[in-house]
Amino acid sequence: MSEGTYDCIIVGGGIVGAACAARFAKEGMHVALVDCLGAGLGATAAGMGHVVVMDDSPAQFLLTQYSQSLWLRLAQVLPPGAEFEQCGTLWVAADGEEMDEVARKHTVYDAHGVPTRILNRDALLALEPELRSNLLGALLVQSDAVVYAPLVAKFLVEEAVAHGARVIDGEIAAIGSGCANFRDGRHLKSLRIVNAAGERAAELTPGLPIKKRKGHLAITDRYSGFLHHQIVELGYLKSAHSISEDSVAFNVQPRVTGQVLIGSSRQFDPSTAIDYAILSRMLARAVHYMPGLADCSIVRTWTGFRAATPDKLPLIGPWPEDESIFLATGHEGLGITTSLATADLLLAHFSGVAPAIPLQPYLPARLSRMAHV
Amino acid sequence: MSSLLKLTIDGSELEVKTGTTVAAAIMMRRPGFRRSVRGELRGPVCGMGICFECRATVNGRTQQRTCQLLCEAGMVVNTDE
Amino acid sequence: MLVIGAGPAGIAASVCAAESGSAVILVDDNPRPGGQIWRAAAETENGGSREKQAALWLDRLRKSSARLLLSTCVVARLADRLVLAENKAEAIEISFGRAILATGARELMLPFPGWTLPNVFAPGGLQALVKSGFPVEGKRIVVAGTGPLLLAVAAFLKSKQARIEGVYDQASWGSMIPFAGSVFKRPAMFRAALGYGASLRSSPYRCGWWPVSAKGTDRLQSVTMTNGTQVKTIECDMLACGFHLVPNTELQSAFGCVLAVGKAQVDEWQRTTTDGVFSVGESTGIGGLDLALVEGQIAGLAAAGKSDHASRLFQKRNALVKLARAMDRAFALRPELRRLAQPDTIVCRCEDVRWSSLQGQQSVRPARLYTRCGMGPCQGRVCGAALQFLFGWESAGTRPPVYPVLLSTLIREPHDLYKEKP
Repeated sequence: MSEGTYDCIIVGGGIVGAACAARFAKEGMHVALVDCLGAGLGATAAGMGHVVVMDDSPAQFLLTQYSQSLWLRLAQVLPPGAEFEQCGTLWVAADGEEMDEVARKHTVYDAHGVPTRILNRDALLALEPELRSNLLGALLVQSDAVVYAPLVAKFLVEEAVAHGARVIDGEIAAIGSGCANFRDGRHLKSLRIVNAAGERAAELTPGLPIKKRKGHLAITDRYSGFLHHQIVELGYLKSAHSISEDSVAFNVQPRVTGQVLIGSSRQFDPSTAIDYAILSRMLARAVHYMPGLADCSIVRTWTGFRAATPDKLPLIGPWPEDESIFLATGHEGLGITTSLATADLLLAHFSGVAPAIPLQPYLPARLSRMAHV
Repeated sequence: MSSLLKLTIDGSELEVKTGTTVAAAIMMRRPGFRRSVRGELRGPVCGMGICFECRATVNGRTQQRTCQLLCEAGMVVNTDE
Repeated sequence: MLVIGAGPAGIAASVCAAESGSAVILVDDNPRPGGQIWRAAAETENGGSREKQAALWLDRLRKSSARLLLSTCVVARLADRLVLAENKAEAIEISFGRAILATGARELMLPFPGWTLPNVFAPGGLQALVKSGFPVEGKRIVVAGTGPLLLAVAAFLKSKQARIEGVYDQASWGSMIPFAGSVFKRPAMFRAALGYGASLRSSPYRCGWWPVSAKGTDRLQSVTMTNGTQVKTIECDMLACGFHLVPNTELQSAFGCVLAVGKAQVDEWQRTTTDGVFSVGESTGIGGLDLALVEGQIAGLAAAGKSDHASRLFQKRNALVKLARAMDRAFALRPELRRLAQPDTIVCRCEDVRWSSLQGQQSVRPARLYTRCGMGPCQGRVCGAALQFLFGWESAGTRPPVYPVLLSTLIREPHDLYKEKP
């Protein structure tokens, strides 16, 4: 069976694919979104749902900042179940070196027009009394938010459909040369096929420099008032999350329900099963920062896979090895944050319009060429 | 054969036979003692630790399933009511 | 040998394995052994044959070398032969050679208007609460739903001086009669049925009736029942309503055992598809006390290497399985029960998710992730079984921990937490 031609076929109905479908359809493109799990029910549902500005690199900063501004606009029309909360992020410092990092970040964010506040120990404990009392201070980024991504993905897909997009339930086995081939024999044609398949992206586009980086999460029962901001340790950037090792870092997030979502871990392990050793390390790290967590009840633990590139930047734009394939993947832990900007940048590329921020740092060609060097 | 013991439930003292569960003790006062997430009054249902409707705070520990806890002398129980 | 669940099946397995020379640890999350049906067995006043049977097994357990770990909940499988359990606030790791899962069953509750009012219980649940000290003297109680448990619970409550306003089973007389025939052939069951009949003779027993709604303000005040044509409202203090039993299979899932139609799949030796893991009793299919005892004995003997002895029990077990199937047919749920809920009727009690939110969902996973149904502490144990009946949705399987645990329980020493950073 062969379907009609579409302006664009998007493979993957997670937050990134859904954002693309909504953005493109609103612009008048005839879009097909192919998904087999349900909108936002894959890695999108497994992750932490943060909308944060990150400064691992200037390109990452620009992308997250721009995308966050798009989120703030979208938040005004999201349904209540999306639980968009601008609770802010606290980057907490445990030693002098990390306090220096606080000051450095403050300068960088300030230069880019993102307001932040440096907190000393007392000010930090006043905001979050459950933190251990011998931390030195923190950087508060007030504009950061958390969101319940599965319902946003569902909302975006519904928006896409309202603007004429077609949602097709099916599993894609291969894409290339203007054709998306389903496992069951169907195929679709288009001059533009967007690979937004996240952890499965490299299966569909062989040669993609994407690795699946497994993460663990744990969620508590309801403890309203325990946590107010998203909190991340500054060690997150330094020692804990190197590209190749198994690592854990302290990262907690308040949910509207009063539950505390606890992360994070990173490892290369293809199994979806809970790794109790790394889970234990992750939870121990959390207790180290918030001792009261030890007495909280854990209701569920789970794993998910991030699509990780070698340089911590996503792949957005044309894939040099096939002119019909475009990438919207490799977002690692920032898929939810940067989903909206990804859609926007890709649309600008399709329309030949100047993008809001330079597309060049995220172009897949950078890694395709790297592979040949 | 069974003796009596005293425990405190929501500030009031109650005397029960040993072998009584905390859920049973609370229900002697009122059948519903927990508030659901939307504020509806609930009481124990399954009696075997499955439904989680019997939760109360026991000796400072929250979220305890009281149908599986035996009353102990001097226990302090606090419910949502 | 690790036996999880100290109900009749687990006790029988532990006793047989221990008497055959195995070192047995028997774990249960309740403070006393006996599970549901033998709850507080030592303290019953009646000296009936059932109580004597319970006392005999409990005595054999006490005299055996089996080590009992009570108030202990197994929550995760750390490795092939290692589990994590929680006892009060302590984490315990238990290593074992073989495991026998005797995880029992829970009652099926279906949503109908007012089912979440205080004083609406599951029948076994009310019985358990009464055995745990809850007085029901003089209380007017309606017993409804379906299954052999209804009569047993009604008779028990009567013996505690409750006033049974009626027992209403949704099964029609037509579907009950073949089952009644099997009961006549089994003397112990027949005597029990006669006993119930005698003690409940002043209360109406109706087949083919089911609940429409429960009403009250801060507690139950009345129940409305129907048989499809007539409608009857009964003023009462308590409602014990449950629609028979479903197997508890979360631990079997955690052990990677294959499940079929919500039951652990086992061979004639009660072995699951996971090496070294057996499953017995209600977890392999609802079949009652006698079947649970036989299956427990078979697994205990087989796991301890006494296969000849175990195989001598096959015939008895197979006959009881046939009886269990007859029971399933007798108490099959009628389709009207799928239409009891109103749009604002709560389906997921933990998260207050109403019937209207679930319309249009495709399966358990989207329902959970889009509406929060099943995301609460019971992790879909109550609503999941209902969703299976209401919509035909297969359970999505559980994630660890099998029951909520203190975060500290999941932290295993040692840790390099305080090492210098690179």
